[in-house]
Amino acid sequence: MRIAVLSGKGGTGKTLVSVNLARLAGNSHYIDCDIEEPNGHLFFKPALTQKEEIKVKMPVVDHTKCNGCRKCIDKCRFNAMAYIYNKVLIFEEVCHSCGACSLLCPEKAISESDKVIGEIQHGTSDMVKVSSGFLNIGESSGIPVIRQLLKQKTGTNDVIIDCPPGSACSVMESIQDADFCLLVAEPSIFGAHNLNMVYELVKLFNKKHAVVLNKTMEGENPSEEFCQTHLIPILSRIPYSQEIAKQNSDAEIIIDTNPQYRELFAQLLENIKKELAI
Amino acid sequence: MKQLLILSGKGGTGKTTVAGAFIKISQAKAYADCDVDAPNLHLLMSQHVNPEQKDFYGLDKAIINQESCAACGLCAQYCRFDAIQKNGKVYQVDSFACEGCGLCDEICPVKAISMTPCIVGNLKMYKAKDVFSTAQLKMGNGNSGLLVSEVKKQMKNNKPENTHLAVIDGSPGIGCPVIASLSGVDMVLIVTEPSLSGMSDLDRIVKTTHKLQVKPAVCINKYDTNQQISNKIKDYCEKEGILFTGMIPYDNMVIKAVNQGRSIMDYECEAREAIKKVYQNTIKHIELTEEK
Amino acid sequence: MKIAVPVNENHIESGICPSFGRSPYYLIYTTDTKDEQYLTNPAANSQGGAGIKAAQFLVDQKVNVVLVPRCGDNAAEVLHAAGINIFKSQGESIQENIDAFEHNKLAVLDQFHGGFHGHHG
Repeated sequence: MRIAVLSGKGGTGKTLVSVNLARLAGNSHYIDCDIEEPNGHLFFKPALTQKEEIKVKMPVVDHTKCNGCRKCIDKCRFNAMAYIYNKVLIFEEVCHSCGACSLLCPEKAISESDKVIGEIQHGTSDMVKVSSGFLNIGESSGIPVIRQLLKQKTGTNDVIIDCPPGSACSVMESIQDADFCLLVAEPSIFGAHNLNMVYELVKLFNKKHAVVLNKTMEGENPSEEFCQTHLIPILSRIPYSQEIAKQNSDAEIIIDTNPQYRELFAQLLENIKKELAI
Repeated sequence: MKQLLILSGKGGTGKTTVAGAFIKISQAKAYADCDVDAPNLHLLMSQHVNPEQKDFYGLDKAIINQESCAACGLCAQYCRFDAIQKNGKVYQVDSFACEGCGLCDEICPVKAISMTPCIVGNLKMYKAKDVFSTAQLKMGNGNSGLLVSEVKKQMKNNKPENTHLAVIDGSPGIGCPVIASLSGVDMVLIVTEPSLSGMSDLDRIVKTTHKLQVKPAVCINKYDTNQQISNKIKDYCEKEGILFTGMIPYDNMVIKAVNQGRSIMDYECEAREAIKKVYQNTIKHIELTEEK
Repeated sequence: MKIAVPVNENHIESGICPSFGRSPYYLIYTTDTKDEQYLTNPAANSQGGAGIKAAQFLVDQKVNVVLVPRCGDNAAEVLHAAGINIFKSQGESIQENIDAFEHNKLAVLDQFHGGFHGHHG
């Protein structure tokens, strides 16, 4: 099963759920697609086996061939080039690597070279294979890192994808080939509001989905009410616990030391299987 | 008018709660929610007027005119973003994946592709005695940096007279929207939480603020969930020469306040007192001059 | 000598625009003739790379000097590559800044901010 764990709002427990689910599943592959702020590796502390640089193509101008027609500058929709004193200047951080300039140059004066924008680290933690994506500081788009992360095929039974928060393009990319989307929600109006957003996203992509209510407490739970109104299955309720909050903050995998949580996550995995079997 | 931006690095640390509280304490007459992917500030700052709304357009996106299309597949072959797919006999552009580069339009031998304006978000402005600027990015989209800039611009252009301070609720992460929100602000307060994840993210967001030459201040929310890590964060700030403006305890009242759609400042509790102190420690580093 | 100033509207009373790349207009002021030309900024609504496009526009207008309150590093790179000097403007008055520049009272702008391009997030 390829399970994507997403939340809309940050800090709801995406990583808690995905890390513990991957650990519980045993022979699994945990993929951290939250490439701006990857955290899963802090929990798994994987033994590193491989590092992979992620590159994008950047244009390079051969000025011996350039005749100053400026077609590249005129056609670049991202304004990534300028023409000063018969030289083409290229601004890599604004370039989208679309390849238009090199393809359209009438003199064939533009070629492409690689630029590193991030990396993927592969490792293992007991039976779990851990792949984490890191976007270099200052880079604006992590989509190429996420795409490469999701191409990994390790042959494990289960793949758990820890998605970025929100519902923007990086999240959309992360759920592309998921069989199931697990939405994590916290019991606040913020949580319910943002749950609504990811709910719309998974519906748009026709993904099977269900909810995990995290940090539940006594009293109203706007996220639970949302699920009831929209008939979204709730597969687990994880109560707020100061002890668990502390363990999680120390990047401990809670099922390792808490049998009742091991049981809870085992049940969650079972429930996901049942949902997929329907 | 001085601008104070609230960021977090990691999501869920309490950025919006703190921003909302600061707005109440300072009685700031201009405030904005720059977390355009997942805006939440409006849930705390109840408004009594209808907002002015404006569509926000992203880059033009490619659309294939099926009547003219010769199904040669050249566009799909050259698209770097896998945005053109063949569905049966028909080539179609996935508008979420399309980055608007226009290459397909340029190379189509029958000129069947046109670049068309695309609404990717919605700007809202509530204007009464104060101004509240916010926006919602439509899901699955990029383009968030420019929308953030528009939110700030909208706030600045509509600020009431004698506005000395604007409070801006930022977004999580370190990418485009954060970079855009940092531009031109006078100070940034990073709200962090005491967890290893939080510490790792704090380092990344601090580096981002350095890259943009904005001096950060840091405060710790829910500090008592892990006292050891809270101390580590304090040490980190001291070592790196980062301004540390205080700590807020975990408080059940916060979630109650949020769910009532109200600021924590309306409830007598520990968190409220702590936030007041953080506010005072932060604000004294901004010179609130007369409005220019 | 041609001086470029980012301005809010196309007249001298309008005030200097705080943004270089997305300024709605530029005033091109020719010092010897005292001629004022107001040009629409083609980069004003650019999704990304506005500073670069705006700077290219001014290079193509054969401007010698730019007076701005702040400027992005990409725009600065384009302007500097073309030998255009960037000075830091003071306050909002266009006329005052032109006068100050002509009397050598403005400092060179040497701090530039990072890009905040509005593209793929």
